[in-house]
Amino acid sequence: MQPAVSIDHLVKRFDPAGFGGAWRRALGRPLKDPIVALDAINVTVRRGEVYGIVGSNGSGKSTLARVVATLLLPDSGAVQVFGHDVVKEARTVRRFMNRVSVEASFFKKLSPLENLSFTARIYGLPAGEARERIFEILKRLGIEEKAIRRPMDQMSRGQQQKVAVARALLTSPVLLILDEPTTGLDPRSKREVQDFVREICDTHDATVILMTHDMDEAEQLCDRLAVIDKGRILVEDKPTALRREGETLEDAFIRLTGHAVEVHEPDKTAAGGGG
Amino acid sequence: MVPLRRELSASYAFVERNFRAVRRYWGWEVVFLFHSIVSALTVAFIAPGGVVVAGQQFDSDRLILFLVVGTVVWAYLDSVFDSVAFMVSWERWEGTIESTFMAPIRRVTFIAGSSAFAVLYSFARAVVILVVVALFFSLDMGAANWVGAFAVLAIGSLGLLGIGIMSAALPLLFLERGSQMTVVVQASLLLVSGVYYPVEVLPDWLEWFSVISPATYVLNAMRAAVLDGVTLIDLLPHFGPLMLITAVTLPLGVWVFGWAERYALRHGRLKRSG
Ligand SMILES: Nc1ncnc2c1ncn2[C@@H]1O[C@H](COP(=O)(O)OP(=O)(O)O)[C@@H](O)[C@H]1O
Ligand SMILES: [Mg+2]
Repeated sequence: MQPAVSIDHLVKRFDPAGFGGAWRRALGRPLKDPIVALDAINVTVRRGEVYGIVGSNGSGKSTLARVVATLLLPDSGAVQVFGHDVVKEARTVRRFMNRVSVEASFFKKLSPLENLSFTARIYGLPAGEARERIFEILKRLGIEEKAIRRPMDQMSRGQQQKVAVARALLTSPVLLILDEPTTGLDPRSKREVQDFVREICDTHDATVILMTHDMDEAEQLCDRLAVIDKGRILVEDKPTALRREGETLEDAFIRLTGHAVEVHEPDKTAAGGGG
Repeated sequence: MVPLRRELSASYAFVERNFRAVRRYWGWEVVFLFHSIVSALTVAFIAPGGVVVAGQQFDSDRLILFLVVGTVVWAYLDSVFDSVAFMVSWERWEGTIESTFMAPIRRVTFIAGSSAFAVLYSFARAVVILVVVALFFSLDMGAANWVGAFAVLAIGSLGLLGIGIMSAALPLLFLERGSQMTVVVQASLLLVSGVYYPVEVLPDWLEWFSVISPATYVLNAMRAAVLDGVTLIDLLPHFGPLMLITAVTLPLGVWVFGWAERYALRHGRLKRSG
């Protein structure tokens, strides 16, 4: 059977100098070494599975998520989503894929209803049907009728993140990319978002790729896991198979990468400066 | 759904969402509108003020109209330009840039939707400003050719869109500096387009720039329509340069935007964190 996602020798580097790099090159000045965010990644995600990618900060998870989500162009290698190339057939891929990132990206002054109605229109869902589904999904998530019409900035981050997952769901994606959906949430919201993700996996036949640095989350939600470190996939297996006798997944991670998941932060610089 | 209808409906989504956002920021809208109205009034007062300063009578009524047309048309064009040029920055500022760019729509759909919003929003503001100023000065605009004026504005908007779209793409290349360049473009247009004076008074080297500014032609045509009530047929010659500018800048703008987007996707300029 055709895999949901196949990633073949994917390489992505970032030039730290930006436009400045072009000048330096033109002037023959030495260039800063590029950051190798993804270093020849090979991954095959099967249909219907929840595929976890665990790694610490800066290991390349979001870069990988973005390439698959058509938000970054690869330097080399190929990525196919249900047989469609993410570069050449980006718009086709976009139609059946969605991504939830660590920040709930909404017009925060608008209500969940307004934000989701916008998404519905963009994705070509009939207005009446969309409205019904929006209410249905948001209510199931335990979001009060009143809150559905209030600006999103009046919601907790946990609630916002739930709305973000709901928005992705509204577009009926066959591939759902969740990039650290619970990072920074309080324990209760975290659990609620995780429960919702599990419910989606059980009730929809979507394929899910979950990026996380939360080992418990990875172990609970994922059918298979890949450990990513410095842009390379170190191992890939079932969570139970990654652990040795008496080890937690965290222990296994440390054994494989040589460091704890939270500590290693190679890049602490803020978002790239203006060109 | 038919693809074209789908894309139209998707571009309407941007119009609707942006108007909703404007509504939520209504306090600021009122303040900015107040500011624009006061600016327009202030400029119009230059006419009677000029009579006093010069110490000799001249037809200040015509000068008022000249200035009012300038200030209202500039309020409109400036707002269209601002709003169009802001389309990418706005998404980035709200944090939706990635979800918007990931939507399964054509890029022109996004551009068209954001531009349609810009035009409608700016038009509504300009009408309010015009009405208030006209009432304040009891302006006699009985001679005006409003159909012609509307046509000028419609065609003039197109002439400005291309440059606006190119400016909109700058933040895809330079993050912050892109928005700074936009402000420079905008200010330069104000200087060379003859908003408050005929461009003939500019030094030669500056007057030359007025030739490539679409705003110059919009202002000339608008003054012909409103001050002199020139008929639609006689306005046609004004449309020539505007159409030429549109024919060059609009496709170029969309192309530049596409190029900038590919640059951003290659170099991770859409968004880096998260
Ligand atoms: N848009 C970008 N521009 C420059 N460098 C980037 C960009 N995105 C990521 N990086 C760098 O690539 C590496 C991997 O980052 P990322 O994929 O965000 O890791 P993770 O999501 O696992 O924390 C880091 O060193 C990061 O600084
Ligand atoms: Mg990340």
